Amino acid sequence: MAQALLKAVDINKSFAGVHALKNVSLEIMPGEIHCLAGENGCGKSTLIKIISGVYERDSGTIEFNGKQLGKINPIDAITNGIQVIYQDFSVFPNLTVMENLALNTELAAKRRVVSRKRMRRIAEEAVAKINFQVDLDQLVGNLSVAEKQMVAISRALMFNAKLIIMDEPTTALTKKEVQALFQIILKLKEQGIAILFVSHKLDEVFEISERFTIFRSGELVVTGRTADLNEQKFTYYMTGREFQNKPFTAEKVTEAPILSVRDLGLEGHFADISFDLRGGEILGITGLLDSGRSELALTLFGVRPATSGQILRSGKEVSIRSPRDAIRSKIGFVPEDRLSEGLFLPQSIADNIVISEIDKLRTAHRTFDEKKRQAEIDKWVKELAIATPNPDNACATLSGGNQQRVVLAKWLACNPDVLILNGPTVGVDIGSKHDIHAFLQGLARDAGMGIILISDDLPEVIGNCSRLLVLKDGRVTFESSTQDLKEPTILSHMM
Amino acid sequence: MHKTLKKLTGRNESYVFLILLALGLLIQIRSGQFFTGNNLVDIASAMIVPGMFAVGAFLVLISGGIDVSFPALASLAAYATTKSLLDAGYVGGVWLPILMALVIGAILGAFNGLFIGYFDLNAMIITLGASSVFKGFMQGTLESKQLAVIPTGMKAFGTSALFTATNRVSGITSRMPVAFLVFVAVVAVAWFLLNKTYFGRGIYAIGGNPASAKAAGFNVKRTKFFVFVIVGMISAVAGVIRVCMMQQCHPTNMLGMEMNIIAGVVLGGTAITGGAGTLTGCMLGTLLIVMVENSMILIGVPTTWKDVFVGALIVIGTGISAMQVKRASHAADKAKKITGKEAV
Repeated sequence: MAQALLKAVDINKSFAGVHALKNVSLEIMPGEIHCLAGENGCGKSTLIKIISGVYERDSGTIEFNGKQLGKINPIDAITNGIQVIYQDFSVFPNLTVMENLALNTELAAKRRVVSRKRMRRIAEEAVAKINFQVDLDQLVGNLSVAEKQMVAISRALMFNAKLIIMDEPTTALTKKEVQALFQIILKLKEQGIAILFVSHKLDEVFEISERFTIFRSGELVVTGRTADLNEQKFTYYMTGREFQNKPFTAEKVTEAPILSVRDLGLEGHFADISFDLRGGEILGITGLLDSGRSELALTLFGVRPATSGQILRSGKEVSIRSPRDAIRSKIGFVPEDRLSEGLFLPQSIADNIVISEIDKLRTAHRTFDEKKRQAEIDKWVKELAIATPNPDNACATLSGGNQQRVVLAKWLACNPDVLILNGPTVGVDIGSKHDIHAFLQGLARDAGMGIILISDDLPEVIGNCSRLLVLKDGRVTFESSTQDLKEPTILSHMM
Repeated sequence: MHKTLKKLTGRNESYVFLILLALGLLIQIRSGQFFTGNNLVDIASAMIVPGMFAVGAFLVLISGGIDVSFPALASLAAYATTKSLLDAGYVGGVWLPILMALVIGAILGAFNGLFIGYFDLNAMIITLGASSVFKGFMQGTLESKQLAVIPTGMKAFGTSALFTATNRVSGITSRMPVAFLVFVAVVAVAWFLLNKTYFGRGIYAIGGNPASAKAAGFNVKRTKFFVFVIVGMISAVAGVIRVCMMQQCHPTNMLGMEMNIIAGVVLGGTAITGGAGTLTGCMLGTLLIVMVENSMILIGVPTTWKDVFVGALIVIGTGISAMQVKRASHAADKAKKITGKEAV
């Protein structure tokens, strides 16, 4: 067997008494695509930061390219051929593509005086390596997410990189862009560059990696060949729990639709959308990023009022021009970006839960009813199993999955008849994802709520919805029951 | 050609320049006194101290911070310099006062830089505090009071002129102070620093994304520290020059200038969030404020109304540029959408 490119053995790291990494080891072969998976807080980011010299390890050894690495800083890591592409790509939005590409090289060469000519040459060389077409004088802030990523990759390649670590590189990419990224990863592999691909997305792990390593709470759980892995095992390794994936079937469906949409349109985004939603069913809506799916959600909730068509609640036409109208019509909404639209992160979990029902927490004297508030909070923290030692802690202290539970709690506390969720499990760990799915299914099945689940995660919509609408360019191109529905069929209507 | 034109119309500087021109023409039409040699020299002369302050404020804003302590810093440095030289009976040239101001400014700037750069504390809070400390030190420890006499060297520097412009109609003459050269030098050095050195590109980089700057190999803490040291030096020299030009040392006379200076810089297109802006824009914005402050009297606006005009200019000016940014990103979104659809 060939000599490993990276050999990290028995790495330990503690932060203020918290043991973040416990004797973990990782081995990466030259030119290998290796996937590092694990839930949030499992220690994978910590390990990356140790390998790239951002953190100092407490104990353990790292051997790279046949050389022992002692105490290293980020610059040492780069000169050794280790490059990290972080989730935010570490780019400068206010500088040009050229400067973004050339700055690292120039700084590494300890240059003090700027030469635009030399910078341009470096930048041209960098983009040529992955055949990336871009205007070098454009500000990086004006590029798309995928282009920013390409800038980061091109930059990483300039230092004779032998190992490129990509920290959740697909988070903000569309399906097409993910495929383009994978093509580039394969091209890099051909050039003998090893890739450590950090992800918690099952399908990506299967598609791209040859070997995998999974961490859980700071410990190595398993490492092996991806070919020997399947979905059940993956989920089990990640969470330490077994989940039964029961596809959802609508059982107690109301006779009459509780929400009907007729010829609904929003100029520039979607048009002529009609569908019915009955109580007790989960209606999936999917489509590409620009299909209008997110705008449809915003329109149904009154954030972006419709420019044509009607919305009917239980057969009666309602005017939904603002979120307040929607709430009055008993429609709840879990937005796409919970961080900016769904939560008050610095505020307490408790306040986040009760914010939407604050009108109801009044005493006879129109003052705030503390007892009622506490009762509500206790109820929802328990109901949704929000993992927190104290609901008075800031919402920002929670993991993605638990934050999403808070958003759900907030809306459920308002007792909606219709719940619209846009990408409810984006950036949520697998364990929470399963819990959220089970919870939503329960809401439809037991409480008879009508749920609209908008998502581009196809297994999610197939597994949890009873019916599915596919949007393309702002129009419905396909409608079907999810029974026996296969992904390729859906994809063919999406693209 | 088309590309450069597009670039020009997309930039904030162009609009500020047009407003400057329009204001100049308006004053010219109303009074016939704007495009006269002595008025232009007066404006240039009035620009020296605010212009130097603006360069300092600009550097800090670009790095993603803010400095509200520079008038207090300048006052303290100028007062300490003038007072100690007076007490020592100094009779030499202006070089020693400027050198002293540079040293005192660097030390006071380092005070800001230490807390903001190395301890990573909020720049607004630290400089607000520093402002009080500097002022208190000057008034308490140095027992500052107005100094009607200043060292002869400083006095001579304040009155020496590069050339004199005379108004042909009224016969009023205006001197272009030699200090203008110091201002030009400061701008030139700042320009070189920002555009031609990696220290300067680092200031932009840090303002854009401090975490990335660190990852790229910039020494973020040291860069921030030195930004404040440099700003301290520039401000202190500006303070001494102001004393020279006024021919007396008034310890509290500069206090309160920070808001209009920062407003001018922002008016010139510098992002208050850091990372974006040009020195040209910074100078144009400052010039606009200076012009409004000095020339309103020429079109018959009473001085009491001056603040209203300056305030309105700031609100409208920054408001328009903010709206433009919004509209531009909106248009870009729309363009993407349309082309995306055609491609399908």
